[in-house]
Amino acid sequence: MERKNFQKNYLINFIAVLFLFGIIVMSLQMKLINNYYQGLLIIAGINIMAASSLNLAAGYMGQLALGHAGFMAIGAYTAALIGLHTNLPVMAKLIVGIGCGGVMAGLFGVLIGIPALRLRGDYLGIVTLGFGEIIRIALYNLPFTGGAAGLKKIPKLINLPILFVILVLVISFLFLFVRSRHGRALLSIKEDEIAAESVGVPTIYYKVYGFAVSAFLAGVAGGCLAYFQRALDPNKFKFMLSVEFFIIVVLGGMGSFTGTILAGLFLAFINEFLYEVDELRLVIYAVLLIVVMIFKPSGLLGNREFSLTASGRWLKRKLTEKK
Amino acid sequence: MALLTTENVGIAFGGLQAVGHFDIALEENELVGLIGPNGAGKTTIFNLLTGVYQPTEGQIYFQGKKINGKKPAEIVGLGMARTFQNIRLFKNLTVIDNIKIAFQKELKYSALSAILRLPAYWQQEKVVEDKAIDLLGLFHMEEDAHKLAKNLPYGKQRKLEICRALATNPKLLLLDEPAAGMNPQETRELMETIGFVRDNFHLTILLIEHDMNLVMGICERLIVIDYGMIIAKGTPEEIKNNKQVIKAYLGS
Ligand SMILES: Nc1ncnc2c1ncn2[C@@H]1O[C@H](COP(=O)(O)OP(=O)(O)OP(=O)(O)O)[C@@H](O)[C@H]1O
Ligand SMILES: [Mg+2]
Repeated sequence: MERKNFQKNYLINFIAVLFLFGIIVMSLQMKLINNYYQGLLIIAGINIMAASSLNLAAGYMGQLALGHAGFMAIGAYTAALIGLHTNLPVMAKLIVGIGCGGVMAGLFGVLIGIPALRLRGDYLGIVTLGFGEIIRIALYNLPFTGGAAGLKKIPKLINLPILFVILVLVISFLFLFVRSRHGRALLSIKEDEIAAESVGVPTIYYKVYGFAVSAFLAGVAGGCLAYFQRALDPNKFKFMLSVEFFIIVVLGGMGSFTGTILAGLFLAFINEFLYEVDELRLVIYAVLLIVVMIFKPSGLLGNREFSLTASGRWLKRKLTEKK
Repeated sequence: MALLTTENVGIAFGGLQAVGHFDIALEENELVGLIGPNGAGKTTIFNLLTGVYQPTEGQIYFQGKKINGKKPAEIVGLGMARTFQNIRLFKNLTVIDNIKIAFQKELKYSALSAILRLPAYWQQEKVVEDKAIDLLGLFHMEEDAHKLAKNLPYGKQRKLEICRALATNPKLLLLDEPAAGMNPQETRELMETIGFVRDNFHLTILLIEHDMNLVMGICERLIVIDYGMIIAKGTPEEIKNNKQVIKAYLGS
């Protein structure tokens, strides 16, 4: 396909996103979405953001990363501390806070990525899992994180439209990033590390690179969480949160960001019904996973993406066929 | 100066000396065959040359530079490419993406220009796309560009692997049993292609092959190994009549 076609696609998607944004703003204004549902949608959006970041590491790069709740926590606490202790105008605070949260998480991604990414499969899973728990324990004990009580009265800087914009930026970033030489290098690592190295892909460099980008975005999701919930405590970032992200990724399809979005919305929706039976939630997740593994092991969308323009072409073909 | 020289290279896996006292020198634009019975150590030698294994003894020089201890990707950067005995393609990616990944030296744009889709991105991607199609054309595979690699028939998968290796712009190409699993017709075609590639890309090729008759046809020089040691070097004529080689192949 030619450059012109791509640019047309980008434009169509941009207009569609703008349209969706308009709908969100209008329905808030007309009070079609009450505060409760706004909150649900924001949480769903944050989970989608974190799961998408995990999808980069797990789906695109094929690395079993089980510590994303840890990166999210780093981003959340960083953003919260900036929110509490600086005197910036609201918008600047939002950008600086979330940006620093992402960068801090990304730095930790590099730090643990360098030793950990030499390990494969289960071993990497165990190390990243351990990392997530260490972060949580550290948050209990550090002098500036408020211990078990956590941080309170964090400024509320996130509402649904703002979160929507950040989510769109994150997803667009991921889409554009994976369709580049860097993204192809990550894919080649997932496919066959030895072959990737044998055609000149410095695999360790790219693994750390991809892992750091993934951690950065998880940190951004954490920052959003801090600025929405106004209170943080270490128990929000338990190992089960990492598992939840993983479930979203697997349900949606490893390597499909649109799949992650769909699965994230779906899980938010059923969570709403499972609210009453919280203990049963994990059982139901497990059943869901088993069902998916039996009927569609590659997840909802496999490694494909939902594409507006492709669906448009498909619809057009169907319509002309009928005539 | 020789393109590749090895001095007394060897590797032991635990107690097993898989390769020992391996001394060769490859000149530019040569087509050399590396032959030997099953388990002789041929693939291990490729793994040593390309940095997959580190030799436990000896030195390897490529274009006058010592390359022991370098990572495989660095060695590729210096101009050595390979294929694998058990094909290693990026199976779930398209044929053209397989090749684009190998154009590491060609693509220089930053992640930022990729995300903002700056002109550098479009220009370089276009250049690489065209080059990849040209390469596929040499192997009569243009139409397969957008198929998934795993959906290609076996013979084409082997060719794609050679294509992908060529995309790294090598000076030395190492082919590990490229004709394995092909029928005689496909094998003949492949051998022609290899000769063509050597002349067209001005390459040195080191070719592992099981089938003696096959290598006799196209290689100028043969190196025979058995139990990890070189047992003979020479022209196909000399090798054909070498007693040790006959013994190694027929058993004693
Ligand atoms: N990583 C390894 N660890 C232990 N032993 C190994 C390793 N790699 C190779 N070997 C051993 O080294 C010897 C040579 O193996 P190699 O694969 O190089 O043989 P080959 O000549 O390529 O054989 P074939 O013709 O069957 O491909 C064999 O005995 C093999 O078992
Ligand atoms: Mg072999």
